[in-house]
Parts: sequence; structure tokens; C-alpha cells
Amino acid sequence: MSKVILDNVIVDDDWARVTTADNDPGHSFTSATKIIVPLKIWQARPASLEGKAVGVWLDGADDPASLEADIKTLPLIAVNFPTFKDGRGYSTAYLLRTRYGYTGELRAIGDIQRDQLFYLHRVGFNALAVREDKDIEAALKSLNDFSNVYQASVVQSSPLFRRREAELSAASTP
Amino acid sequence: MYRYDQIDQQIVNERVTQFRDQTERFLRGELGEEEFRVLRLQNGLYVQKHAPMLRVAIPYGHLSSTQVRMLAHIARTYDRGYGHFTTRQNIQYNWPELARVPDILADLATVEMHAIQTSGNCIRNTTSDQFAGVAHDEVIDPRPYAELIRQWSTFHPEFAYLPRKFKIAVSGSLEDRAGTLFHDIGAQAVLNGAGKVVFRVLVGGGLGRTPILGHVIHDELPPEHLLTYFDAVLRVYNRFGRRDNIYKARIKILVKELGVEKFRAEVDAEWAHLKDGPSTITQAEIDRVSAFFVDPTYETLPVVSAAFEREQAEQKGFANWVKRNVFRHKQPGYAAVTLSLKKTGIAPGDATDKQLDAVADLADEYSFGEIRVSHEQNLILADVKQADLRAVWLRAKSIGFATPNIGLLTDIIACPGGDFCSLANAKSIPVAEAIQRRVEDKLGDLDYLHDVGDLQLNISGCMNACGHHHVGHIGILGVDKHGEEFYQVSIGGSQGLGASLGKVIGPSFAQEDMADVVEKLVGTYVDLRIEDERFIDTVKRLGIEPFKTRVYGQKKESAEVDNV
Repeated sequence: MSKVILDNVIVDDDWARVTTADNDPGHSFTSATKIIVPLKIWQARPASLEGKAVGVWLDGADDPASLEADIKTLPLIAVNFPTFKDGRGYSTAYLLRTRYGYTGELRAIGDIQRDQLFYLHRVGFNALAVREDKDIEAALKSLNDFSNVYQASVVQSSPLFRRREAELSAASTP
Repeated sequence: MYRYDQIDQQIVNERVTQFRDQTERFLRGELGEEEFRVLRLQNGLYVQKHAPMLRVAIPYGHLSSTQVRMLAHIARTYDRGYGHFTTRQNIQYNWPELARVPDILADLATVEMHAIQTSGNCIRNTTSDQFAGVAHDEVIDPRPYAELIRQWSTFHPEFAYLPRKFKIAVSGSLEDRAGTLFHDIGAQAVLNGAGKVVFRVLVGGGLGRTPILGHVIHDELPPEHLLTYFDAVLRVYNRFGRRDNIYKARIKILVKELGVEKFRAEVDAEWAHLKDGPSTITQAEIDRVSAFFVDPTYETLPVVSAAFEREQAEQKGFANWVKRNVFRHKQPGYAAVTLSLKKTGIAPGDATDKQLDAVADLADEYSFGEIRVSHEQNLILADVKQADLRAVWLRAKSIGFATPNIGLLTDIIACPGGDFCSLANAKSIPVAEAIQRRVEDKLGDLDYLHDVGDLQLNISGCMNACGHHHVGHIGILGVDKHGEEFYQVSIGGSQGLGASLGKVIGPSFAQEDMADVVEKLVGTYVDLRIEDERFIDTVKRLGIEPFKTRVYGQKKESAEVDNV
């Protein structure tokens, strides 16, 4: 079974991914009970989704607002990076976590590699599906590349200057 | 200047460790060529014609003498004894060895320097006015804001993989010396009606393949909102900027395609969620960072020193240098000195390790230990007493940094061009040298050069416009025609608040014709100018026609005829 980093731990991945090519009418997808489907399939709500746990994946151009109505109920949202150089997914994740208040599993899929994990984690991905040909154990370590950050995002929502000030005022309080 | 605290230092140290690991993985074959390419670029490391090129960040062009000595050490130890100052106030080394780059970064970290985000599709080093803090026409010192932007943009997790590079410039003076009209974001500090300092924010300016001047998208942004507003601009760009075509991926194309109004509406809608949020800059933080940029302990001096006046009257060489290379200071009795890195025969912006060490000494002795880099590729001693100017001049002369040509025809801005850069279509350095030599040899003495007066000549070796040719009064662009190097000439470009883009005068020229062409352009100006008109004023008054006629009317038969 493939592996995924979930909340900083490597675990077995029991979600099956369905690509758009599988979207034939009446297709039963897969026998898996937990599936991640593209936004297009999700929006069509075919009968074949019934009885399964369904997560949705967004592509770079997909508007996270499309999932606003489902944000409280979806167990998993994935954001696809066709190449690690396409950075749209970082903003998608940020918006899902902040603007739309998504609290479930947010997973980065596609061309996910070690050297992007620190940033991916910061914008709110708590699940990182590292490319299967890459060493996921080694990749996990990169989450600790930096011990501090300057700017606010999802993980660490307070910029460094506010935290510095809070520390100073705490220190000066008897 | 800004000094790192323990957290700033740790972040830079951790970057060195991270990059060392990435380099080692690449050298072991664990990291692919393309994957490493993107990572190394975000650390300023290019692969060039001869060797890798490392671009080191000089945030808003500020250096201490200790840092300059480290730059000299790096030139000596890891390179061939010199470095090249760029049009974005950084320094580049052309000959480092890939495996030793992590060691260079480790050395830099010991003096609070790095190469973070000096290349790649991310937020680049923030630039500013080289006279920030000392200029007589300053509204507000832009450096604290430039530093706040530096920190905010450093490893911003959401904006590391933008559609294309992103450059920010901040200016705090009446005169814009930071090129804010041709940056992805330009921020100009101004006083509003209520006498408060606010920023006028421009977006979508840029040179390169599609030169466009920036559009104002916010007239009066209070300083505390700079970062939330920039977050909004960047998020709109990151989501909607084009990624299908590298030549249409800059924010200027998005602004153009959406229209300024629609773009502003998108930014405002996004900003509504961020405004007054945690990234709003606190007064305490503005105060903390501003405290690093307080005035040095100036002496109380008369506005003009009598000895200084006498020295100029006695020595014409000194007077010429003062006229061109000394900038008016806000503090009575002080001056800002520009050391010219534009001596004929030396590539514009180049400095050797010995020169750098000498500049560090000069700064320690005469200018509170600080040095600045200008986007015109010169070095500045910002706080020199008038009484010390003659001594500084003599010392600068002895290291070849006293050419009295700041703002003149021979103060050429040029990229490294085809001699070094693998992107270039044509060479820049030999063209700069040919023009400088013509001025010296044929056009005679220094008086001629000074008589011609303010004339900015810019050379870029390719469309990427690192030499900012579009905004040169005379702009020269290297083009490739059937595998041969040619040069397209434009006139009428200018920097500053009234910035304009140059117009191409006609078909391109061979390298050996370039000195002739420039001589004719300047000759046309000298013949047609009225009173104190500068070259650029004459071009704006008469248009390009008379210049074109002079150049092409006498053009050699063999020259190219088709336009590029």
C-alpha cells in the first residue's frame, strides 16, 4: 500500500484516486470504499459515488469557492500539483483553510517532493502524498528545515514581529 | 543599518544547511537536473557559459564595511578576484565552483548576508534609492519599509512558485531614484493632504520583452497596510497570472489583460479579508526596524566649508569630480559620494577584491562604515564631510573609482551580456568599451563630456533587459540575426517619476558601427539643443526624426536594412 504523510507521521494511504478518464457513465470507478474524485465528477454526483467515502481533488485552475457548500462535510480535499513549479495550489490551500474554514484532511497530490514540503505544510496541507519514486522517510525530515518564519500563513498565523512583541511584553510583566 | 537578531541569523544559517543538502543530493544524483535548477535559482545560482554564476543579495543596496570585505574575500577565495554589481543592487560572481557554493553561503551568513530569492519565479530582492536616509529631497526614509518587505518576502510559503519573477522597489523621495515605475510593484512614499506619509502603489510595470510603465492601483496606502496589501496583490497574481507562456507570465500581462480597474477590484476584494489582520504592521515593529536606520552622529558644520570651496577653485579635476560625483546631502556640511565603477576598459559594475577592500577602508575612515550600491552599478559613500571630500577623491583615484562621469555618457549601465550570460543574444561589455573609448579618443577631452551633460546610456544583451535599455536616454539592445550579433538602438527613454520608454530609431547595427551611431546621436543633440536642454529634453521636443536622419542618412551601404 502506498504511503502518505499525515499530520507529520507516515501512514498507509487507504484512499484511492480516481482520474477524469474514469468518468464513464455508469462506471463504478473502483472497488475501493474511500475515493478521491476530480471536481468535475463530484459536481456531477453520479450514483456510483453512493455508499463510498468521497474526497474531492481540485486542479490549479479550479476555484476553491466551488466547494464552499460542502466544506463542512467533505472528509478530504486534495489539491493537485501537475508540476511542483505550478504554485497555484498554495493559494488554493490557503483559501480553503482561511476563507472557507475547511478543517478536514487537506492533501497535496501530484508532483510532491521533499523540497516543497515545508511550504506546503505552512499553507495548510496536513497530508502530503510524496511522489512514489521519492523517499518519503527522507522527505519527512524537511518539515523541520526552518525553526522559525517571518510571515503569517495557515500554520503560524501570526507574523514574527507580533510574536517578538508578545514575548517582550510577557517578559516585562512581573 | 539593519542588524540580524538571533532569529534572523538562525533562518539564514538554516538556509545554508538546507542548500548544502540540496547541492549534495544533486551531486549524488538523487535530485534531478530540472528539480535542482528551480531550487538553485531560488538561491541565486545560475549555470552560465563558463561556470555557475552566483548572485548574492544586497537588500536595498546597503552594505557595511565588514560585508564589503567579505565580498572581497569571496572574490579572492572562490572566484577570479572580482565581482559584478548588478542593476538590481546585487553582486554576481561569475566563476564559482558548484560544490563550493554552500561554503560561500556559509561565509556570507557570518556577516548577515545570503543569496535567498535572488533569482527564480519568486519575490526577488527588494530595491530602493541609493541615497535613502541622506537625500535632500526625502519624504520618508524607505529603508525600514524595504527591510519589512524583505522579511515578509523571505521564504513566503505561498509565493515561492509564482508564474514568473516578481520585483519590488520602494522610494521615499520626491525624485524617484528606485525605478518604481518599472517594477512589478513600485511603492512611492508621499505626503497626503493631511500631511501623513502614505504609499502610492504601482503595479505591473516592467521592462523585458514587453516594456510597460506601472499603473497606480492605490493612491494613499497607509504604511501599516503594506504587507496585507502586497499579500492581496500576490495572491491575485499567483492564482490568475498566466502559466502557459513564459513570455506572458509577468504580472504586467495579467494587469493588461484584465485592465487596471478589474485588477484593482480583484485586489480590493482579496484585501478586504486581510486588511487589519495579523499581518498589519504594528507601530512597535515600525519603530523597532526604524531604530536601525537613525542618522549617524553628524557633526554640526556650516552648509558650505570654505576650504572645500577653495579646493574646487584650485583644482579643476577635483571640481569636475565634485560636479558629477557628489550628491547634495540633507545634513549641512556633508555630501554623498558616488564612486564610479565605469572607468573605460573595465566592464561596467565590476570591482576587484583589492578595490572592495579599499572601499571598505574608505567607508570606515570617512563614512561611518557604510557603503551603498546604486542600480546604476556604482558604489556610494553616503555620509562624507565636505572637508574630507578631497582626501576621498584622491583615495578613490588611486583605486580607479574616481572617474568624474556620474550621469554622463560614459556612466554606462550594462548587463554582463554575451561574454558571460547564456541568455544573451549579443555582447554588452565590448560595446560599452567602444563607446567609452570613442568619447575619450575622438571626442577629445573631459570638457566635451561635461558639455554634453546628463545622458544615460543603457545596454542590454537581450530582451530580458537587465541593462534597462528601454529607460536609457540612449538604449542599446543586443539582438540575434541569423546567428550574428546586432544592436537595436532606441532613444527617449528615461527613469524617475516622468519615466518614459525609448523609441527604436530603425534597423539594427553591427557591433563595429555602434560608436559611430552614438557619436551621431550625440552630435545631433549638440547641434539642435536649446540653451540648457539635456539630451532627453531635445529628443522629447523634436522626436526621433532628426536623430534618425543623421544616423541613417550617412549609414554605410553594408549595414543591415531590415528591422528587427
